[in-house]
Amino acid sequence: MAVLLLAEIDGGELAQDATAKAISGAKALGDVTVLAVGASAKAAAEAAAKIDGVAKVLVAEDALYGHRLAEPVAVLIVSLAGDYSHIVAPATTDAKNIMPRVAALLDVMVLTDVTAVVDADTFERPIYAGNAIQTVKSKDATKVITFRTSTFGAAGEGGSAAVADVAAAANPGLSEWVEDAMAASDRPELTSAGVVVSGGRGVGSKVDFAIIETLADKLGAAVGASRAAVDSGYAPNDWQVGQTGKVVAPELYVAIGISGAIQHLAGMKDSKVIVAINKDEEAPILQVADYGLVADLFTAVPELIEKL
Amino acid sequence: MKVLVPVKRVIDYNVKVRVKADGSGVDLANVKMSMNPFDEIAVEQAIRLKEAGQADEIVAVSIGVKQAQETLRTALAMGADRAILVIASDDVHKDIEPLAVAKILKAIVDEEQPGLVLCGKQAIDNDMNATGQMLSALMGWSQATFASEVTIEGDKAKVTREVDGGLQTIEVTMPTVVTVDLRLNEPRYASLPNIMKAKKKPLDEKTAEDYGVDVSNRLEIVKTVEPAERAAGIKVGSVDELVAKLKEVGAV
Repeated sequence: MAVLLLAEIDGGELAQDATAKAISGAKALGDVTVLAVGASAKAAAEAAAKIDGVAKVLVAEDALYGHRLAEPVAVLIVSLAGDYSHIVAPATTDAKNIMPRVAALLDVMVLTDVTAVVDADTFERPIYAGNAIQTVKSKDATKVITFRTSTFGAAGEGGSAAVADVAAAANPGLSEWVEDAMAASDRPELTSAGVVVSGGRGVGSKVDFAIIETLADKLGAAVGASRAAVDSGYAPNDWQVGQTGKVVAPELYVAIGISGAIQHLAGMKDSKVIVAINKDEEAPILQVADYGLVADLFTAVPELIEKL
Repeated sequence: MKVLVPVKRVIDYNVKVRVKADGSGVDLANVKMSMNPFDEIAVEQAIRLKEAGQADEIVAVSIGVKQAQETLRTALAMGADRAILVIASDDVHKDIEPLAVAKILKAIVDEEQPGLVLCGKQAIDNDMNATGQMLSALMGWSQATFASEVTIEGDKAKVTREVDGGLQTIEVTMPTVVTVDLRLNEPRYASLPNIMKAKKKPLDEKTAEDYGVDVSNRLEIVKTVEPAERAAGIKVGSVDELVAKLKEVGAV
């Protein structure tokens, strides 16, 4: 059996962590061929070739694939699909956009956010905001899968796969990229960070959210937020942790002023150690926290920053 | 332009689900059901397009059990003009897969010829995030997923998408499928007079067979279990104690 894996590429660079984690998930299924698609994808392909477990790397470098619009990328993947039993990717927004399109073009179902591989046909995935884990057995000839990266360890370096070019496929000409407005950040990337510090509605304002960022910087952590904090404008959308935002599983997750709604827990309850600081001792977050501190965050957090 | 809005009846988002002890699934008997929150945002967007003179008719569609007509009545009360209910199951526990839903929607799109399909980005029950993309693929249309802003200009739509790392704006050719994200709008509540009026709006009842679509599952559900429970935590009395505990377990 052979696996085609769509590498995550951001601005011409391989998103090493997401790609290496998906490779971990894919390795159990067969020989892994990585597909690097982009307007500039050569460097990413070279980087992917060095990941342990990669048998081969295909590069589709063409202006057509700039910003990896779903319509042309899906056509390309479908044109290569014949040789593979599994077509997989890390469950990033890029892959969530592309892979269901690929599946429908192949007339197969898609398995999204897979958290475990049982065998070549059988997979586990969370449903109902992570409140149930479903084991499903696919009856389709080709399995199209996105892997939830937070549940797989990143495959290490040490590979030396061959890199080969593939020709661009047809351009459906249905969409065009206009612009990106990416948030600049020097902090670790949220989904791969070892420590995440998140703030919620309790923080109260965008100005006060700085206290969350200060603690994060002290811990070398990424900053997360609850939906309430994002909707209130305290933090940008792409910091949202939860069912509809990002799913993280760091070594340490610090939830500050977050009540712990079902939808938020869906994005962080697999963290190794959870700390909650909340002034409401009834807050549901305290039921999943390993260490809970019932206190006003405006006194507790500065004290914590000072004592770390 | 006609706008088609698929809506799904799902467990209410505030309900803590219970997994059945025999591993056969989640218990949905006597549980509060509602319209999928993302679909409310899609309905709201369709209504705003109509209010702005860009849409002239809004058709809401739901696929599933007969009770999904309540969900359609909610869409009609919010402002949809008419509804189509496709009965594809007689058991609330059978979730029709996105591929089958997309095929039924394709048949409806072929019949209704909308200029735009507005879907939620994902249903909060199966958490698939696939139906909109699949429908777009089957139609050979463009797609704009996870939309937080939609502007229609002639035969193009400019859509800002919520992606990892920030926002991306793309321009897609109409007709198109847009899947909506949380930040697109704040859905309105249906007023009592509108709920009463919605009862008189047309609601066509169909079946999956009417569209010649096989709704059997491609993914056989082997079992459904509760996630592993976390060991009970402790409450600490002070910041000092918290720091000490974190140092003890090597977390800081």
